[in-house]
This record gives sequence, C-alpha cells and structure tokens, in this order.
Amino acid sequence: MMTRPIVLPGELLASNPKVAGAGTYVDKGKVYAKFLGLLDKSETSVRVIPLKGRYIPSVGDVVIGIVREVTSNGWAVDINSPYQGFLPAAENPEMRPNRKPNDILEIGDIIIAKVVNIDPKMKVTLTMKDRMCRAVRFGRIVPINPARVPRVIGKGGSMIKLFKTELGVQIIVGKNGLIWISGDRRKVNIVEEAIYIIESEAHTEGLTDRITEFVKRRKGELNGQ
Amino acid sequence: MVSEDLNRLSGDIQLIVDGKRLDGRGFDELRPINIKVGVLKRADGSCYLEMGKNKVVAAVYGPREVHPRHLADPVKAVVRYRYSMAPFSVEERKRPGPDRRSIEISKVSREAIEAVVMKELFPRSGIDVFVEVLQADAGTRTACLNAASVALVDAGVPMRGLISSVAVAKVDDVLVLDPMKEEDNYGQADIPFAFFIRNDKIESIALLQMDGRVSRDEFKEALEMAKRGAMEIYQMQKEAIKAEYMIESEEVNSDE
Repeated sequence: MMTRPIVLPGELLASNPKVAGAGTYVDKGKVYAKFLGLLDKSETSVRVIPLKGRYIPSVGDVVIGIVREVTSNGWAVDINSPYQGFLPAAENPEMRPNRKPNDILEIGDIIIAKVVNIDPKMKVTLTMKDRMCRAVRFGRIVPINPARVPRVIGKGGSMIKLFKTELGVQIIVGKNGLIWISGDRRKVNIVEEAIYIIESEAHTEGLTDRITEFVKRRKGELNGQ
Repeated sequence: MVSEDLNRLSGDIQLIVDGKRLDGRGFDELRPINIKVGVLKRADGSCYLEMGKNKVVAAVYGPREVHPRHLADPVKAVVRYRYSMAPFSVEERKRPGPDRRSIEISKVSREAIEAVVMKELFPRSGIDVFVEVLQADAGTRTACLNAASVALVDAGVPMRGLISSVAVAKVDDVLVLDPMKEEDNYGQADIPFAFFIRNDKIESIALLQMDGRVSRDEFKEALEMAKRGAMEIYQMQKEAIKAEYMIESEEVNSDE
C-alpha cells in the first residue's frame, strides 16, 4: 500500500467540489484540507484522516464517561469532549419507580453509554438501553487520542477480535478515546501495551500484523513462565 | 549610558552602516527562525519558536468547555488569546501579569487568529491560546502569532489556513524587514503584519498595526516586503509541522 502524505490546514486537495469528503472544506469551488491529517485520495473522493483532535459526539457512538453531577432527573456525564453528555433517568434500565438517581450512580462512577441524540445547541443525550452499556465497577480504563480510535478497533473490528480471541479479555472501545479492558491482570497489561503501540503508530502501514506478532510473543512469554 | 541614549534619540546613532544592518543583515532578510512542535505534554497543541533573539512558547487547549459558562456562544466557539511577557523577558524586569500593552496585543492577535479558525464548527465551546514571551527582542507579537498558528495546527483545530506574521520598520529612511530591538527603539516607524495564507498564497491581511510615519509609497513597498517575508516564514512553519510527524513514521519503518 502507498503511504498517505501529511496535509496541513488550507492545503489545496482538489478543484472539483463533488469529491469533498470528511476533513475538507470547499471555498470558491476548490477543496482544501481542514485540519492536520493524512490525505486519502481516490478518483471519487478526497478526505483527510485526522492525526489529532478532540472527540466530537455523533449519534450512535458508544462512549465511556464519568458521572460529574447527579440531578433529580438524570446524570451529567463527562465524555472527554468539549460537550458534556446527559443521561436522563428514564434512559437507565436500572431505574425503578421509587428509586432516586443518587441510589444508582454517584459522582465519579464510570459508565459505558451510547449517544442517542444531539440537538443543534450541542446538547448530547445518552442512553444505557443497549447490550453494550453498563456501569463499570471493575477492569481498567486506558485513555488514548480520540483521533486514533479507528485503528484500535481495526478493519471490521479485527484488532478487538485479536485481543478477545488471543487473550480472552473483555474490551469495549469508546469512540471518545477511552477504552475499557477487563480480565486477567497480566493479559490486560499486554492489551494496554498493545494499545499504546497502536496509538503511537496509528498512521503507519502493516499495523495489524505487527500487533498480532506482539500479542503472540507476549502471550508466549506469559505461558513460558 | 544616558548620553548614548540621548545620541540615539537625537538621531546620531546609525542603524544602517555600509548598506548593512547592525547585525549584518540585508534590508529584506529575516532573522534566523527555529520552530519546535509539540513541546508541552499537557496541552492539546504547542509550539516553541525562536525568531532572532525572541523566544516564545505557545499552548493551545480545546475546543473545550468554556468557563465561566456565560461566555459561551450558542452558535460558534469563543477564541481566547492571552499574550503575556515573562518578567525576565526584557532588560528592565517587567511587572508580572497583564498590562495595557499585552491586553491590546492579545486582542489584535485574537482577531487575527479568528480569521482562520473555523469557530462555527464548535458551538458553545472555547479554544484557548496562551503565548508566553520568554525573551523579547522586538517583534514579539509577530513571533507569538507564528507560534500560535503552529500550535493550533498541532492541536488538530480545523482552520482555513495558516497565519504568518512579520514586521517591517523604517530606519534611517529605508525600509527593513523583521526589525530587531535597536531598529524598533530608534527607528522611524514599525509596521507589524499578519497574513492568512492558504495553499502557498496570501489570501488576506489578518493584522496590521503601525506606529511612526511612512509615506503611501513606502507603505506599499513595506507591504510587498512583508508578504515575501511571511511566505518564507510560512514555509518554515509547514516544514516544522511536517517534520514532527515524519520522524515518527520513519522510526516505525526502521524497526520493521
């Protein structure tokens, strides 16, 4: 595969506005890069894959958040983004008619939730009515740069599948750059190391193969002891 | 010392000797520039920049929640820019904290940065830019703008292009690019410029100030001079950012 060149904001990418994709903007019929990233250009589309940047919520994302405030009708959740998320009491399946939000989640609790709605004022509504969603009471949270999350997931979830089958750990990757891992402590250590490798080498080729090799080697060391 | 200053004020000091400037530069030559990207670990984006004897460091945070909340704008991000001089950055120790001068510089610089940052993408959020002058030698606002622009790119903030900034001064009746301290203090005029540059082309002027006097023709010449200087700086900014990310990928390839 060819390596993707690095582009800077304002770099001219194409003169046909029809090909403009994510990470680009159109001005006077020309397509320019919007932020620092890798150029992904084909005949039908031009897009810029960000190298850095904050997490901007979008509907359907699974995120990991920390409860920052408990109100009478729900929880305000920090989702590692410029915008705070809000989890209404009705969106938590643990909620019962005679229980108060305070009984279920406290300040500082970590939850896995899903973004269900974003209004034009960027008010983010979360839900926990999903198979993946839960309150996290054990395991480990690994923070990474949100721009590198797609590489941690891998093509069609290949990276996650690798961790699950090779090491038998539970892993949930929040789109906001927080990753929850749970399982055998030594195996979790291997996953954490692997994630940091992925984060720092996210913009290189052949990453999946190198991570597979890394995980197998570390697993072998573990069993050899 | 005092008599020397009086001499200079009465115009007895020569700033141009044998067609060269005091530091040996030609009229349209920049001071040496050195840019380092990503120097601060806790900031989203950062940059250290030297422009001659000026040493500045810039940090960018955001987009993030704005505090206090009432400052947030429901339709776009608020950009905050703080220019500050370290007490030890100038010869006579400066009183720490904001003064009238740095508040003014912060305002005009913020307006220059706002010309390129795509604020409308982040309603109700804030983008904070902090620049600190560690050592000053004339032209700190231009150095800070150059550093801030690089730091914003490093933070991954969406922008229309880059800001490159340089000043032109009039000393001994000639125009000189990127004045140093002596030229700034004893010259006849000082005109800092900042340009919005996109795809190797100057799109607009983002900042223009002037103190002193120049004729209309001299001003036109100064503008052309500044444009050429800013283009040079733009290339250096680009190289610095690309170099930061190139090295990373080379290391990876070597251990394969």
